[in-house]
Amino acid sequence: MQILQYLINGISIGSVYAIIALGYTMVYGIAKMLNFAHGDIIMVGAYISFCVTSYLGLPAWVSVVAAVAVCTVLGIVIEGLAYKPLRGTPSLAVLITAIGVSYFLQNAAQLIWSSSPKNFTSVVTMKPISLAGGKIVVTGEVLLTVAACILVMVGLTLFTSKTRTGKAMRAVSEDRDAAQLMGINVNQTISTTFAIGSALAAVAGVLLCSTVPTLQPTTGSMPGIRAFTAAVFGGIGSIPGAMLGGILLGIIETFSKAYLSTQFSDAIVFSVLIVILLVKPAGLLGKQIQEKV
Amino acid sequence: MNEYSKKIVKVPTVNLFREQDKDKQPVLDVRNLGIDFGGLTAVDGFNITVGPTEISGLIGPNGAGKTTIFNLLTGVYQPTRGSVLINGVDIKGMPTHKVNRLGIARTFQNIRLFTDMTALDNVKVGMHHDIKCSFLGSLLHLPSYYKAEKKANEKAMELLDFMGLADVADVKAGSLPYGVQRRLEIVRALATDPSIILLDEPAAGMNPSETTELMHQIRRIRDTFHIAIFLIEHDMNLVMNVCEAIAVVNYGRLIAKGTPEEIRANPAVIEAYLGKEEGSADAEN
Repeated sequence: MQILQYLINGISIGSVYAIIALGYTMVYGIAKMLNFAHGDIIMVGAYISFCVTSYLGLPAWVSVVAAVAVCTVLGIVIEGLAYKPLRGTPSLAVLITAIGVSYFLQNAAQLIWSSSPKNFTSVVTMKPISLAGGKIVVTGEVLLTVAACILVMVGLTLFTSKTRTGKAMRAVSEDRDAAQLMGINVNQTISTTFAIGSALAAVAGVLLCSTVPTLQPTTGSMPGIRAFTAAVFGGIGSIPGAMLGGILLGIIETFSKAYLSTQFSDAIVFSVLIVILLVKPAGLLGKQIQEKV
Repeated sequence: MNEYSKKIVKVPTVNLFREQDKDKQPVLDVRNLGIDFGGLTAVDGFNITVGPTEISGLIGPNGAGKTTIFNLLTGVYQPTRGSVLINGVDIKGMPTHKVNRLGIARTFQNIRLFTDMTALDNVKVGMHHDIKCSFLGSLLHLPSYYKAEKKANEKAMELLDFMGLADVADVKAGSLPYGVQRRLEIVRALATDPSIILLDEPAAGMNPSETTELMHQIRRIRDTFHIAIFLIEHDMNLVMNVCEAIAVVNYGRLIAKGTPEEIRANPAVIEAYLGKEEGSADAEN
């Protein structure tokens, strides 16, 4: 029974990674850059939610809406100020800028909210469900997280395959220049992608801090790196890949903490990643690109 | 280089307009266009006008700067000198997607379809600007979404059908045969509702019967949509048969323009393709 409980916990934390990884993977797919500040947007989202509930005393759902709104705008502003001027420059310049933005956000958060950890109150008020005579406990957070993850996944898939903007995104992701020559505004498309990715990060931030209630300026960085790993693991650029990678990563992490070692859980997670990448360099669902000779 | 610019004066035809296009505003008006890459002058002093329903060709030896000219006309490159007017509007400083909206569309020398998307979706990307439906409307599948989608699908299918591609609408573009991909690229360009379409080596890699078919299609596009076509092509049979006017470039400079007959008889063109008299001995060895 214990193993089932670990599995549920793993899927839950994995769902959070999956939502973050979706943001990474979308931005990578369309803007062709690794936005290392993505993890810190999670932290900002969590802080906004915290402020709205704790300082303004508003209901939890309002705090989620506020977090999503602020992060969406933040994502668009960061892209416009920091990344857009670097369009067309070597990708290394953009990568370094992203790391800079990441530190900027962490330090700004430290200035505003101080470095002392805040106690985040869960946005879920539902009582945990006990199964199998109390041996398995499914908390409201777990249910909400998994539901949110499925909803986001289905929504994004429909969005990219059905809508006009989604099709434009796929076109830009495949061939930016050709898309531009077909009358697609590439800057606007990239901006929309950042907006969506950052909105997802806000949701992930609230879910993450509802499960692990300590909130500090560095809260987003480790989950951000794990989610990046998940995106690569599943095949970066692929939406189902990010989802699969995130959940698998969550499960592996929980199991290694439970059965092997709490301290080495990260080492184990990353070792699994290395092995997978050695066998399948494009990731689990990534497309192997055959170079024409 | 100066030698060539003197020769331009000798070319009799200046106005390439077809009878029907006389006195109409040119769809494409290029004045003294030039671009330098570092110290290298890739294109210089390029002048041409294309009438609203004209089929014209751009020919020249490999490396003459033909594709560079196409990139300048579509706003991919910003020119160092001169100007490009599309339907009378200067494209200077405009982002590429806005240049497209002025009414210029193109295909590519090495096919650049969105290979992971279906043929239909490729065409619908071309119609991006035309599909009017709000973000929320499409997310929530409001009736306006279905209406816009239905209209877009119908128009896209019509265009595919026009080039005989209706039966491959749901096939991924990347898995289509080469010749079909070339035709799909033309459909995608047509979907942007252009007033001039640039074809970069449309017959490359096609067999003679496919090329003949392509010639018919090029004429049919002009006659159906009443648009101008400007094409780069190495297949002289196609160029001489389809084009009503031809411009020849060499070393980034216009060395001749005129009707196919004039071009065929032009000594500068013959020289560009076959080399000078003195050089012909070298070629034979």
